Amino acid sequence: MSFLALDGLVKRYDGTAAVDGVSLALERGEMLALLGPSGSGKTTTLRLLAGFEIPDAGRVVVDGEDVTRTEPVARRFGMVFQHYALFPHLDVSENVAFGLESLGVRGEELGRRVAQALALVDLAGYERRRIAQLSGGQQQRVALARALAPEPRVLLLDEPLSNLDPTLRERTRREIRDLIRRVGITTVLVTHEQDEAFELGDRVAVLRQGRLEQVGAPDDLYASPANLFVGGFVGRGSTLPVTVLGTVERGVRVRIDEVEWDLERASAQPAPPPGPATMLVRPEALRLAQAGPGALPATVTGRRFVGPSALFTVLAESGSLIEVVAPPRAVKIGERVGVMPSRRAGGGIHLFPPESR
Amino acid sequence: MIRSRRSQIIGATLLLLLVWLVVYPLVLVLIEGVRGPEGWTLEYVRLFLDRPTEWQALWGSLWTSLASVVLAAVIGVPLAFLFSRYDLPGGRILSALVALPAVLPPLVGVIAFMFLYGETGFVSLLVQRLLRLQEPPWRLQGAGAILLVHAYSMYVYFYLLVSAALAGLDASLFEAAASLGAGRWRTLRRVVLPHLYPALGGAALLTFMTSLASFSAPYIFGGGFRVMTTQIVATRLNGENALAMVETVSLTGLALTALWLLRGSQPSSNAAGGRKGTAPERLPVSSRPLRLVLAALAWSLAGVLLLPHLTLLLVSFVPLGTWTTEPLPPEYTLRNYLTLVQDPVRARPLVNSLWLATVATVAAVALALLGAIVSVRRRIRGGRLIEGLLALPWAVPGTVFAIALATAFSVNAPHAGRFLLVGTLWILPLAYLVRNLPITSRAILAGVRALDPSLDEAAATLGARRWRTLRRITLPLLRPALLAGASLAFVTAFGDFVTSIILYTYDTRPISMEILSSLRQSDVGVAAAYGVVLMLVSGAVFALGAERGSAG
Ligand SMILES: Nc1ncnc2c1ncn2[C@@H]1O[C@H](COP(=O)(O)OP(=O)(O)O)[C@@H](O)[C@H]1O
Ligand SMILES: [Mg+2]
Repeated sequence: MSFLALDGLVKRYDGTAAVDGVSLALERGEMLALLGPSGSGKTTTLRLLAGFEIPDAGRVVVDGEDVTRTEPVARRFGMVFQHYALFPHLDVSENVAFGLESLGVRGEELGRRVAQALALVDLAGYERRRIAQLSGGQQQRVALARALAPEPRVLLLDEPLSNLDPTLRERTRREIRDLIRRVGITTVLVTHEQDEAFELGDRVAVLRQGRLEQVGAPDDLYASPANLFVGGFVGRGSTLPVTVLGTVERGVRVRIDEVEWDLERASAQPAPPPGPATMLVRPEALRLAQAGPGALPATVTGRRFVGPSALFTVLAESGSLIEVVAPPRAVKIGERVGVMPSRRAGGGIHLFPPESR
Repeated sequence: MIRSRRSQIIGATLLLLLVWLVVYPLVLVLIEGVRGPEGWTLEYVRLFLDRPTEWQALWGSLWTSLASVVLAAVIGVPLAFLFSRYDLPGGRILSALVALPAVLPPLVGVIAFMFLYGETGFVSLLVQRLLRLQEPPWRLQGAGAILLVHAYSMYVYFYLLVSAALAGLDASLFEAAASLGAGRWRTLRRVVLPHLYPALGGAALLTFMTSLASFSAPYIFGGGFRVMTTQIVATRLNGENALAMVETVSLTGLALTALWLLRGSQPSSNAAGGRKGTAPERLPVSSRPLRLVLAALAWSLAGVLLLPHLTLLLVSFVPLGTWTTEPLPPEYTLRNYLTLVQDPVRARPLVNSLWLATVATVAAVALALLGAIVSVRRRIRGGRLIEGLLALPWAVPGTVFAIALATAFSVNAPHAGRFLLVGTLWILPLAYLVRNLPITSRAILAGVRALDPSLDEAAATLGARRWRTLRRITLPLLRPALLAGASLAFVTAFGDFVTSIILYTYDTRPISMEILSSLRQSDVGVAAAYGVVLMLVSGAVFALGAERGSAG
């Protein structure tokens, strides 16, 4: 039995569903990242979990107990709000003590547990600071300590890094991950940043327009996206209209513009029917070559360095923009090149029904 | 946010209470105006329409209000520019002094003007001596006198709102305009003025409504010149009750029409607008003579502004009947103040005003807070309506409300929601409460709107129930707004004259009525002493509200 279960949750606002039949199950201690574009229903899902909203249908079950209609006060879910929602008139230790006092913790025990929570987020010695005197990163840690101090059953995080400046994000991401691992608390976090979801989530659930598109470990989502939306949202890639000509040995033959490519078929996917299709191709699944047979003619229009290699943007004659990874000095901007599947392209090219986005 | 049933019920109760307090009495006035002893009649309306004096009073109200707007703007706007754009010697003190008229309750301002510029006033006598005149140089009476008092007390609206708007101007706007080659005038016309329109509109509306409702100045200085507020009181004194109702309706109509015409220029709670960037630096005045002239002008202005306060203080130390024609009082005494403390009969009004204002303030704050929470935080249905009802008394002159409450609560008919309160202790706190609702709720609504709703939610996830959240989180964070709302309400109620004169009883006579009766008995010393008390309390409460507000 899973520890936390969301079972067919539906929430409508004025008739339109913000959350539309979301079911998820988390093991005890698991971290799940809800990933989706803005407006996809992530926050609403989190608010249903916290109890601020009551679903129009579905249930929330934690540790075998149905809490769908339990008030937030009684739910024992900790939450870190997007803007932290720290109490500005209380100091750091009073903020952290607030939830413990609700549980009736007093006196020495209270002091001990506040100190413990602050030590956990590496803020020992900051007890008497006012909230306004803290940096954004410190405020976030206070919010975490405050949420964790009463030892909630589930931790909810809404866009935990969106208020930090970019240089701080990567470090904070690791800190949050390590902290939550150490505490071992079951966690649901919401983000629209794929990197965040991939680093923080044991599993990632992709939402679109209130619907769950796919749930899985980060590498599974990347390697075998269930549809074009997930494929495009998770990881880099270019989409191209193609025509599937038929199956060939170990794969399929497709036509792009006037060129034909034989693609290795990813084993998990069923063979697409002949006819028009949309191809999603990862930049590392392509290579740049001389113009020639089997190479898609294109013009180099842009270059961006990513580590030891560069990400080139090329414009095919049909007007499609394609991203390709290649050594930084492979080609120059404006040069005419050919684009081909790289030899180990197998997992990086996906075919979906046309216009399935 | 969950719209809980409990909030909905609280909201509905509040809505009913407000309808009963704010709308119902006005409706009764409307009805009483068209009902005679034998049922419905238009007799009183016809009477109203036929009498030229009624039209004169209505016209008097309208034109003095318009003139007050012009005068207040002509004084207030240049002052705001002067103080926010130029670095004058002593500018800080000056710009604080400029707001001084605000601590004089209307009646107190009026009697101070009487002591200064009245027939035997300080300044009048001085001028008479200097010019060796037989008669006083002027008579402080009629429309001119009213406008003088209005200009003095209401330019503050223009000054404060325009100053705030100027402070909200981004310095880079000026730099941008200058870099685009715009001259001074063009910058003023194209950049500064458009930015000031909301402030100017807001101040104009505020001044117009205040003038229209003004009672003290026309009552004391009006003489033969009638405006509608004084006309209503006179008609009632004549026993023509139904006619007074029609007059009341006409004044309300005028106020609501003005409000409707000037809608959209309601001064917003942050008149300064979203403040981005930095306010422009004050420009140093480099030319020495100009500097001297400006400084002299500014300081003499400060003197003029401060004169009423000083005169009041001076007169309050003068023994009864000793100061007749001398330029300065020959004797000084503390007796006037001692009278207030020692004579139980004369001390009574002070005690009365204190408890009346306190009760009204506490009730206004409680209702405004409740209304703000259910409307803004719990987002109940009908929340907007509650906010509208809380603001409504602002649009209706005080005289009108006093008449309306006097009408509604002069009979005992519990089934119709009417109780006999006129003549009891409770009618004045009730009247003050209704009059206080708009200012209090404006401050408190702004405070509640500024509260981050996720603080409540955070408290809930941390296991805090409603009361604890209210006590530990909401109220402490609202403290500045509550204090601001309460101090405004207290000051208004403490110095109230316009509703008191219609509703007071001997046992609840407030300070303003005592000032009036002292004046009638020519006991100017005690009247002035009471004026000083009002002035000091108002000043202290304002200062407290401002200081605590900014510290919180
Ligand atoms: N309280 C609300 N009232 C009406 N519509 C809402 C409310 N909250 C969210 N929505 C709508 O539900 C959809 C999902 O919103 P949200 O859960 O905030 O998305 P996300 O957090 O993924 O950006 C949006 O279309 C939003 O406009
Ligand atoms: Mg969101």
